[in-house]
Amino acid sequence: MPEVASAAVAAAVADAHRREWAFVLAATVSIAGDLDSAEEAVQDAYASALATWGARGIPDNTGAWLTTVARRRALDVRRRTVTAQRAIPKLVHLAEATAFDRVDEDVPDDRLRLIFTCCHPSLNLDAQVALTLRMLCGLSTADVARAFLVPEPTMAARITRAKKKINDAHIPYRIPTTAELPERVDAVLAVVHLVFTTGHTAPSGANLMRRDLAERGHELAWMLRLLLPANRDVAALLALILLTDARRDARQDGSGRLVLLADQDRSRWDHRAISEGVAMLREALSRRAPSRFALMAAIAAVHDEACSWDDTDWPEIVGLYDLLLETWPSPVVALNRAIAVGFAVGPAEGLAELDRLADEPQLSRYGYLAAARADFLTRLGHTPEAKLAYEEALILTENETERSFLIAKLAGIAGADQK
Amino acid sequence: MSKYLILIFRDEDQPTGEVISPKYREFMDRRASALLGGVALQPTATATSVRGDGVGGFVVTDGPFAESKEALGGYYLIEAADLDEALEIAKEVPAPHGGVEVRPVRVAS
Repeated sequence: MPEVASAAVAAAVADAHRREWAFVLAATVSIAGDLDSAEEAVQDAYASALATWGARGIPDNTGAWLTTVARRRALDVRRRTVTAQRAIPKLVHLAEATAFDRVDEDVPDDRLRLIFTCCHPSLNLDAQVALTLRMLCGLSTADVARAFLVPEPTMAARITRAKKKINDAHIPYRIPTTAELPERVDAVLAVVHLVFTTGHTAPSGANLMRRDLAERGHELAWMLRLLLPANRDVAALLALILLTDARRDARQDGSGRLVLLADQDRSRWDHRAISEGVAMLREALSRRAPSRFALMAAIAAVHDEACSWDDTDWPEIVGLYDLLLETWPSPVVALNRAIAVGFAVGPAEGLAELDRLADEPQLSRYGYLAAARADFLTRLGHTPEAKLAYEEALILTENETERSFLIAKLAGIAGADQK
Repeated sequence: MSKYLILIFRDEDQPTGEVISPKYREFMDRRASALLGGVALQPTATATSVRGDGVGGFVVTDGPFAESKEALGGYYLIEAADLDEALEIAKEVPAPHGGVEVRPVRVAS
């Protein structure tokens, strides 16, 4: 084999890390018996790829190479320690592990087992999200901590606690039964949706989006689609992500300022992603009552398919929000419905709907309610009240890009007021 | 197989019958092979707590260790393949005025 330049090796290993991590790790857990030892074996395998691919050449199937090395390493470690620790229960029994003694034979795709273990409902949502990013996306603890703006030791402790619970409570490493599946898939989808939305509009910080997180959410949704191809709820979430993410390039102007849907340059939308999302949505909606994510995707699709803001089918959007409120009653959904009413009927009606939500405790710290009121008040010419509402929205908004947008709006109406 | 303790919590303001309800009997018959033991407890009004005072003595007080609206009313010790199976069994425990907590039993190493 020819020698390969170290830069090319590093690139190949990085690529394999991004694309193969979950597969390699999932296939190694069934040998290693627990997540910690599996992770160590997989990290060793990547290190040994970095050390040896230069001299031996980059293998054709990097994933298979890494899986074989990681599984051999895990089996060695397991055999060495099993006699010493016979009493310690393991996620997967050694009998099952040794059944794969010929580790380079057919390797099962165990990613679903890994996903369902990481998103087990007996773990809290924060832990599920952290484990999913760590185990399925291969993010380091430092990266996961940064993504959720918590100190690294806090995140490390969260992950350690979750792994300990998996081991001590014997959370199984298996795909749920058909009866359990819908509920368990819902839990997984909630995690993937949270990863995506946290990246799509960062709750705080200098940037509007955290592209890395949004992309991970996107990749996880595709992974689920591959592993559960017939599942309509998975199709619905993937449709929602495709149809939402299709607008990403138009959400900010050249200098990073926020551009609202109404003012976005629709030629900058990803029209291939839109048709892909619409096709996926059609599948999600066939022969059944629409799920929460399917309705959210349908709303995104109405926006994506409108040639302009004025062409938007607002009554259709209000109708979809009505359905969504039935399946998923939440004050945030009610807020979005109220905004849609404002465009379907008129700003006064929208404002009335918004004011009906004023006492919702869940919305009392939610900047979007004040921002929406401010917008309708401006349209109605109630400038002093609009000013107050923009000021309230500013107090409640922590994302810097959104803050700049609100400050510009406030300056705009203050200027108009003085004329 | 692993052992779990299913702790049954109930609102003590709700009345309780003198005899084991048919629902519990049904549950115990159905899950006989998984049940290693279990008891129903007298209400917390009958509880006495004993704590070390840190200098070799004890403080004995009236009442349960932790006050809460829902008090420990009984338990089952069960054996299950994993947490999912334990949770399946836990869902079958009749606990009309409360719920249950599933705790893995610590294995001595």
